[in-house]
Amino acid sequence: MIDIFDGLIHAFWLVVTLDADLVEISLRSLQVTLTALVISSAIAMPLAAFLAVRRFRFRRFVIAVLNALMGLPPVVVGLIVYVFLSRSGPLGVLGLLFTPTAMVIAQTIIIIPLIASVAHQSLRDLWQEYHDLLISMNVSQTQKIKTLIWDARRALLTAALAGFGRGIGEVGAILIVGGNIDHATRVLTTAIALETGKGEFALALALGFVLIGLSIGVNLLIHSLSRTEREGRW
Amino acid sequence: MKFNIVVASIASLVIASSAQSAEVMKLAVTTSFQNSGLAEILLPEILTDLDLEVQLLVVGTGQAIKLGEAGDVDAVLVHSRSAEEAFVEAGFGTHRREIMYNDFVFVGPRSDEAGAGTAESAAQALQKIAEAEADFVSRGDDSGTHKMELNLWKSAELDVAGFGDWYKAVGAGMGAALNTASGLGAYILSDRASWLNFGNKGDLAIVFEGDPALFNQYAYLPVNPDLHPHVRNDLAEALEDWLVSDKAKGLINGYQINGEPLFVFNAVVE
Repeated sequence: MIDIFDGLIHAFWLVVTLDADLVEISLRSLQVTLTALVISSAIAMPLAAFLAVRRFRFRRFVIAVLNALMGLPPVVVGLIVYVFLSRSGPLGVLGLLFTPTAMVIAQTIIIIPLIASVAHQSLRDLWQEYHDLLISMNVSQTQKIKTLIWDARRALLTAALAGFGRGIGEVGAILIVGGNIDHATRVLTTAIALETGKGEFALALALGFVLIGLSIGVNLLIHSLSRTEREGRW
Repeated sequence: MKFNIVVASIASLVIASSAQSAEVMKLAVTTSFQNSGLAEILLPEILTDLDLEVQLLVVGTGQAIKLGEAGDVDAVLVHSRSAEEAFVEAGFGTHRREIMYNDFVFVGPRSDEAGAGTAESAAQALQKIAEAEADFVSRGDDSGTHKMELNLWKSAELDVAGFGDWYKAVGAGMGAALNTASGLGAYILSDRASWLNFGNKGDLAIVFEGDPALFNQYAYLPVNPDLHPHVRNDLAEALEDWLVSDKAKGLINGYQINGEPLFVFNAVVE
């Protein structure tokens, strides 16, 4: 218990003094996860809308697989990305292993199924409401998808925030593909793993509290900017 | 509608990227080297002297060698002679250069119920621990420290495979293994540097030290550019020249934790 108290005090001082290393790894955490979030949202949300409006043969199967992949173990994703990006792997010529880009790739793969599954759930409900209207207006498939995505934007925001949460707290994959290199690929979670390994529990906990605070901060910021929970239904 | 602002602000954060200046090379090192804290002394000096940013990948010796074989790093700095020699022999490395050594210690509960502290050699200390069936934490991760431990068991004429529950192979780095030992009040083999820098000592203390069998030689191995044309052999060579220089010698020999010197520089200067 003393460690937790020490951790809180430590965290307080790190934040108040704007510790240079802390700022650096926090910004890198944000940069990696937000980049992965933008990329995976761009892929997962249209995919979810497509699955909602289009009926095809393996639709159920695809949805089931997406749902199952929500539980994809990050360490396995990390290992697979590692093998692909290693110099002796198929994408080795790109020289991406142990760079922030590799971390973004791994996190994108981890986040996509989560965002797609959550987004699909809400888009499907909305589609039930819009189905007759949109069909009667005889709009194209693309227009249907666009309408759904725009009108469900608040629900999609929740899906994206869930993805952010999974990404920012993830350590297994980025430790493997990033290598936890100081001043290059070290982020909050890998720094926590490192400090725990050194037995520096107070510092590790302090970083943990900063991570939690950062996550709450980002969520609050996005909520206040997009005015959820304020006006009417949307 | 502020929705667009959210998207725009996220996008701007994403686009912001960091600038790089100095030349960059990647060096795989063992956890014990990193935990010693020596890297924090050497790396800034290397940056000023050579304008070279050395990025450290901190892994076990087994993985460090693997990284070198795959060409994912430009050089490795490890401590497991047989693995190093096999690495060079197979053509993955250009050569092996001894840089410095430190030593291992047996850490265990202060009460030392197995009596390892009264042993005359490292092998005998292990025999006493095995006899008492006192909890013993093994790295179990194919690292240099793990290989050293297995060799010591062999020299004690004991077979690790036949041990009971008291022998716990945790498959983790030095720090995590020390955390486990601290939690269990178990014996463990640790390099001195990791132990001195470890923050969660609990009831543990050094119970046995000083046997020459416990010396731990670090060697530097540049990755072979014939095999992996992309590796920066020029930078690896420059770093090697610096590591065996008089300046590095002074820094390595002069490095202390709590007033105890840790490393002995023993590179042969050609």
